[in-house]
Amino acid sequence: MEIVLSAAIGILAASGTWLLLRPRTFQVIVGLCLLSYAVNLFIFSMGRLYVGAPPIMPKGGFVDPTIYADPVPQALVLTAIVISFATTALFLVVMIASRGFTGTDHVDGREGGQ
Amino acid sequence: MIEQNLILVLVMLPFLGAVITATLPVNAHNAAAWISGLVLAAGLALMAVFHAPVAEGRILRGVVQWVPALQLNLSFRMDGFSWLFVTLVLAIGVLVVIYARYYLLKTDPVPRFYSFLMAFTGAMLGMLLSGNILLLVVFWELTSVVSFLLIGYWYQGQAARDGARMALIVTAIGGLCLMVAMLILGQIVGSNDLDRVLGSGDLIRAHPLYPLVLALFLIGAFTKSAQFPFHFWLPGAMAAPTPVSAFLHSATMVKAGVFLLIRFSPALGGTEAWFYAVTGTGMATLILGAVIALFRHDLKGLLAYSTISHLGLITALAGIGSKGAILAAIFHIVNHAVFKASLFMAAGIIDHETGTRDMRRLSGLMRLIPLTGTLAIVAAAAMAGVPMLNGFISKEMFFAEAVDWHNGTWLDNSLPYLATFASIFAVAYSLRFIATVFFGPPPVDLPKEPHEPTPWLRRPVEALVLICLVVGMMPGTTLGPVLNQAARAVLGPDTPHFDIAVWHGFNLPLQMSLVALLMGALLYLVFARQIAAGPEGPPLLHRIRAQRIYERLLLALSWRLPRLLHQRIGTEKLQPQLRILVLLALTFAAAVLWRQLAYATEPLANPLSPAFALMWLVGAACALGAAWQAKYHRFAALVLLGGAGLMTCLTFAWFSAPDLAVTQLLVEIVTTVLLLLGLRWLPKRREEIAEDQMLSARLRRLRDFVIAAAAGLGIALVSYAVMTRPLIPNIGDWFLRNAYKEGGGTNVVNVILVDFRAFDTFGEITVLAVVGLTVYALLRRFRPATESTNQPEQQRGEAAAALQDYLTVPGVILRWMFPAMIVVSAYFFMRGHDLPGGGFSAGVTLAIAFLVQYLGSNVRWVEARLTVLPIRWMGFGLLIAGATGLGAGLFGYPFLTAHARYVDLPLIGQVPAATAMLFDLGVYALVVGATVLMLIAIAHQSLRSARLRDQDTPEAESKEAA
Repeated sequence: MEIVLSAAIGILAASGTWLLLRPRTFQVIVGLCLLSYAVNLFIFSMGRLYVGAPPIMPKGGFVDPTIYADPVPQALVLTAIVISFATTALFLVVMIASRGFTGTDHVDGREGGQ
Repeated sequence: MIEQNLILVLVMLPFLGAVITATLPVNAHNAAAWISGLVLAAGLALMAVFHAPVAEGRILRGVVQWVPALQLNLSFRMDGFSWLFVTLVLAIGVLVVIYARYYLLKTDPVPRFYSFLMAFTGAMLGMLLSGNILLLVVFWELTSVVSFLLIGYWYQGQAARDGARMALIVTAIGGLCLMVAMLILGQIVGSNDLDRVLGSGDLIRAHPLYPLVLALFLIGAFTKSAQFPFHFWLPGAMAAPTPVSAFLHSATMVKAGVFLLIRFSPALGGTEAWFYAVTGTGMATLILGAVIALFRHDLKGLLAYSTISHLGLITALAGIGSKGAILAAIFHIVNHAVFKASLFMAAGIIDHETGTRDMRRLSGLMRLIPLTGTLAIVAAAAMAGVPMLNGFISKEMFFAEAVDWHNGTWLDNSLPYLATFASIFAVAYSLRFIATVFFGPPPVDLPKEPHEPTPWLRRPVEALVLICLVVGMMPGTTLGPVLNQAARAVLGPDTPHFDIAVWHGFNLPLQMSLVALLMGALLYLVFARQIAAGPEGPPLLHRIRAQRIYERLLLALSWRLPRLLHQRIGTEKLQPQLRILVLLALTFAAAVLWRQLAYATEPLANPLSPAFALMWLVGAACALGAAWQAKYHRFAALVLLGGAGLMTCLTFAWFSAPDLAVTQLLVEIVTTVLLLLGLRWLPKRREEIAEDQMLSARLRRLRDFVIAAAAGLGIALVSYAVMTRPLIPNIGDWFLRNAYKEGGGTNVVNVILVDFRAFDTFGEITVLAVVGLTVYALLRRFRPATESTNQPEQQRGEAAAALQDYLTVPGVILRWMFPAMIVVSAYFFMRGHDLPGGGFSAGVTLAIAFLVQYLGSNVRWVEARLTVLPIRWMGFGLLIAGATGLGAGLFGYPFLTAHARYVDLPLIGQVPAATAMLFDLGVYALVVGATVLMLIAIAHQSLRSARLRDQDTPEAESKEAA
């Protein structure tokens, strides 16, 4: 499982990075989304992989932390998902506004170059 | 205890005055002057209170804790030396305020002048009284900044702006050096307390970093005190109004540097390096200043260079560092402040009355303004060192030190000659000032007819000249005690008492003075005509001007070099910048992990599930496909992106993160819709761009492919290494154990978000709100590209008619689903604390409920029936979350504490999770508001462009008709 997930993170990150270096705004925005999947999975996997052990506690009594998934990376990733949605929205608006102002969807605001 | 508070009051008073005067009306001349004068007079009264304890040799302290962890406290101390200096600053300050009241024009804006003046006084007092070397640097920088504002007071003039900027650059660079020196000093001594630093002289001098500390410290002191080669800012600063010059260049700003030299001489002084650097620089400045002053035609220019020269004298004395020299230095600080302030004020009166400061045009003023003339002549005589005036005595003491003190070096041996040489020029320029301005034929062709000024403009000068005379005749009884106090404060309690007298017999120093007086007079009489006809500056030397070198340097560093660098290595293109960022990240990661990346000997391994592998086979295909198609087939790329997102979501579900899975799924929906809405505004791209097939483009893609592959491989290796390593016990265990006990919820992730780490969440929802508002603001001014304003093909012609009702059935279903989705959202919210759900996912769910209504029906139809006010949702969300946090304060807990159980109130004990739920409600409302705001703002663009189209068409038609 670990090897599959790390390969998946690698492929997501590589696709995202490649798109990040492309010249069109839409490519960059898709790249950022892919990269955010990779990063979220990466942070999440820092808590190690547990199958069938969600961090939902019994009400009272003794708690053995080793049989539950680590909640800290999950909490971090939860807010990261929402924030990355917000930045995607912001970037999208910048993208269409820049397209409106400059007449092109090139990242530099003008055609030509790379 | 009272004294401690009074010291704090003393430092705060001028700042208080600055705030009050800043709020006065622009033309309130009297009120501003009265307030400023009274503030300074109150300070003087406090000084009178402090005199008795200081005279006993006690050190008074006042401390307010500021950043104890950094040993940075607002700590102030007052001993004999700082008492004398503060009194001097306040006394001259009062006189300057009186002078300024009658000097400033009716049209000059008052609040700015007096509030800067007060702030400057406050900064100066803070600097003098700091008991902590870092605090001292803070106030030191503050004097630089405020003096910039004061010098540039008449900012309409180019000279004032340039002078202010030059002063700021030079003194602020010095201030930075001083800060570094103080930081190192603090490290060497192990404390930032001034007393401990001053008491650790041996430790500091023996330290290997001593030369560096000394160099940086001296740059700081020399720039402030206008020592060669940093002297050039001082004449430039003469563009300031005369009261400012009289204050800054007599008692305050420039004296800060020599204050520091004297204060730190026990800690840093006493070495050969100190002597050569400080006395050498001081002597060079003394001579250079005196020589240039003789050749300046501008009255204030002459006084400026004379100030530089006298500062050199004090610096030289500080470098000698013997007990007599320190006493003489302190004495000369006072004397110079008194006669130079009066001379600046007199020069201001002359300028005011005649309209010019050019000594070649001024002449014979003694007949026209006899009173001012007499005062100026006495002050100038004190400057020249004429017997029976205060300047004479401290100069005698300087000569005595130059002759008596020996350490056997060549510089020491030449001191008497150099001192006499400089004094000759001092006498000559003083004589030139007196002779050309006040004697000779009556002036012709002056811009104004001179008269005696209003008496109050002259009063401060009279007071100062009186002090010159009294001190000059009775030095021992007037200033003797306080000078000895000050010297004892610097040098230690066992310093012997010095007797300051006018007459020491016909000794060598007196002979030197007489030589200087005679030779100086002779020098002026012989060369008077040549000097007046000559250029502005000494022969030969006037071509080499430090100011011009500074300007060249400034131009090169602040204009040419950055532009050159930008041309050579800069780019405005995004791609190279991103590439450099990615490469840098790769390099750093590789450098850190090189040979460090070890894999666990017994790797953790969950048994591989074929379904999971298959799932990610699809996921990887989606990711690669999205990367491949994003340029020409955006819609396909978007669908593939959604596929990769879905796999991510399933992975979360698989590995025990139900909260993440739910949130990811919901956010995935919203993101996809958002991007779909954005697609409408991008240019069509059906034909391939020709350049993409060229070899260079292929090479670029290959290079980027290699970079991306390296990045992906790297992150895969790192994540595999971490994932297979056993988990060490961490903070997560604490959260798991205490989530129910302390947070009252069983869903630990949610408890962390809304309780344990609620402050982080509060920050994050604020970010979300900011982004929402930014999106809204950006789109308000949005103008689509012309080719996108037309209706899309699918909405035109017959196709549009055919597709009129294509979503009728889904639309109706979605309308029925609306209440159901609201219930789902409420359900997610309510169960969030105990089971997967919570404010974030519930909020996004409600946003989706709104969104699908927009999708399934006509936008206008929806908006006619459904009013959402996203900005209010956001506002109330933030308010609820913030108020919940503040509510904890009512029970005496820190911000956002949600531990209701610890309150001994039976009622509250029964509803333990109440506050955390309230906070989550705030999160919920805000997420709904922000998400809906963004989506609606983007969705509305098509409506707006339809409106624009409707507006444009008739106009275009009417134009065509015309």
